[in-house]
Amino acid sequence: MDFLRPASWEEALAAKAEHPTAVPIAGGTDVMVEINFDHRRPEYLLDLNRIGDLYEWEAVEGSVRLGASVPYARIMEHLRTELPGLALASHTVASPQIRNRGGVGGNLGTASPAGDAHPALLAAGAEVEAESVRGTRLIPIDDFYTGVKRNALAPDELIRAVRVHKADGPQQYSKVGTRNAMVIAVCAFGLALHPETRTVRTGIGSAAPTPVRARTAEDFLSAALDEGGWWDNGKVITPSVVKQFADLCAAACNPIDDVRGTAGYRRHAVGVLARRTLTWTWDSYRGTAQQKGMVA
Amino acid sequence: MRVNFTVNGRPQEADDVWEGESLLYVLRERLGLPGSKNACEQGECGSCTVRLDGVPVCSCLVAAGQVEGREVVTVEGLADQARQRARGDARGTSLDEAKALAAGGQESPAGEGTGAFPHAALSPVQQAFIDAGAVQCGFCTPGLLVAADEMLERNPSPTDADIREALSGNLCRCTGYEKIMDAVRLAAARQGEGV
Ligand SMILES: Cc1cc2nc3c(=O)[nH]c(=O)nc-3n(C[C@H](O)[C@H](O)[C@H](O)COP(=O)(O)OP(=O)(O)OC[C@H]3O[C@@H](n4cnc5c(N)ncnc54)[C@H](O)[C@@H]3O)c2cc1C
Ligand code: FES
Ligand code: FES
Repeated sequence: MDFLRPASWEEALAAKAEHPTAVPIAGGTDVMVEINFDHRRPEYLLDLNRIGDLYEWEAVEGSVRLGASVPYARIMEHLRTELPGLALASHTVASPQIRNRGGVGGNLGTASPAGDAHPALLAAGAEVEAESVRGTRLIPIDDFYTGVKRNALAPDELIRAVRVHKADGPQQYSKVGTRNAMVIAVCAFGLALHPETRTVRTGIGSAAPTPVRARTAEDFLSAALDEGGWWDNGKVITPSVVKQFADLCAAACNPIDDVRGTAGYRRHAVGVLARRTLTWTWDSYRGTAQQKGMVA
Repeated sequence: MRVNFTVNGRPQEADDVWEGESLLYVLRERLGLPGSKNACEQGECGSCTVRLDGVPVCSCLVAAGQVEGREVVTVEGLADQARQRARGDARGTSLDEAKALAAGGQESPAGEGTGAFPHAALSPVQQAFIDAGAVQCGFCTPGLLVAADEMLERNPSPTDADIREALSGNLCRCTGYEKIMDAVRLAAARQGEGV
């Protein structure tokens, strides 16, 4: 095994181009488990810890350009306002020690259906900034997850950052597990209201081979909110609409039975999470709308 | 490969390190610092917790090569670090005390425990764990001490919820956690009184 330690982003890209099989290591919270248990013996480890750019974030055109290695702990602390869904999701990851090391770049690299960043990114809207010596491309988050633990990166590409759209309304993230800390999701649900475009977006984790959106549910709810004039009148959403939304979210799942839960349980739980997160976000939207005097 | 880094304030050099080796392995097997424990090697138990550039991390999940040039504090360094903190805090308030501590005397804020640590007294958190009976088999203790010590540095008056959150990455199979909670509350209270 060789340990490559690029001191800059350009060096890292060059190393990845020269050794496309090299395994990048950021926080190591996925990679080191595999190495410790002999599940993986990469020929090259490509250490990203010395690349300061990956630990920074900046505002770009309505998005936060979040460096790939920014640890969850910093997202929770500093990006609550801009990225509330991702900040909530970050807080549910593992433990303080893991959140101090692991970040969204590694979560995307692993692309586990249970990764907590994914539903939040899907709901908020995001692009993955992938770069190689050939150039940069922005991969829409909807096209990023290509299969169980597979993603759209080319062998010579690294994730420089993820551009997450700044929240223009309330966002929520909710996860089912056996306890509060150190829990891989049985299933998870992210919801973002987008009052500016009058749309709603979702993200579902651990209930299909990849993280997915519940598009039919989104379309149904967006149409219902429009028809009811609810974005303007800020009324409570009728229970039948909430129920239909929850049922459509459950129907968007394609879960499996495993040690953490049965497919039936997962489908049911996603419906419950959809209903709860919709209630929370809508209550919060009505609250802020009332403060701004928009709602009668 | 060779890895150079600082452990508990001292420069260290580890030789013949395998590229896939963890920081935990280097500390225990190459540098003779067995305080950090190996219980799971998968980030679940926290018994290998150390501070990397000040931040608590699972040393079993840090690749040895990633610590090149960086600073690590293990449970073996807690007493020294506590003394340094006390020196910093004492500056301007009690110069005599600061001088006494700077002279390297055994009078740490805890004042006891020289038997277990020939070169240093126990840190206040370590002393509190003993006084509260928070140690049974002791395997989880080093990780808990590092995590608790870091929290108290950041947050001198933690609520119970703060303590639970800060220690949520550390498993204990023996105590049922109540005595551990007592110990951290005790350390916080003593810190508040300046004992
Ligand atoms: C005890 C424990 C509990 C966990 N609990 C959770 C949890 O609750 N929720 C959750 O979502 N995850 C959890 N995880 C998994 C892990 O912490 C996350 O997936 C984390 O986001 C990984 O980030 P990292 O920086 O540590 O990744 P690494 O381990 O460094 O890398 C992960 C993968 O991404 C690739 N990679 C990293 N950076 C880049 C980059 N810039 N460009 C291209 N590829 C890259 C690596 O090659 C590797 O394939 C847990 C892990 C442990 C050990
Ligand atoms: S040995 Fe590192 S967390 Fe258990
Ligand atoms: S005292 Fe035995 S594991 Fe905690």
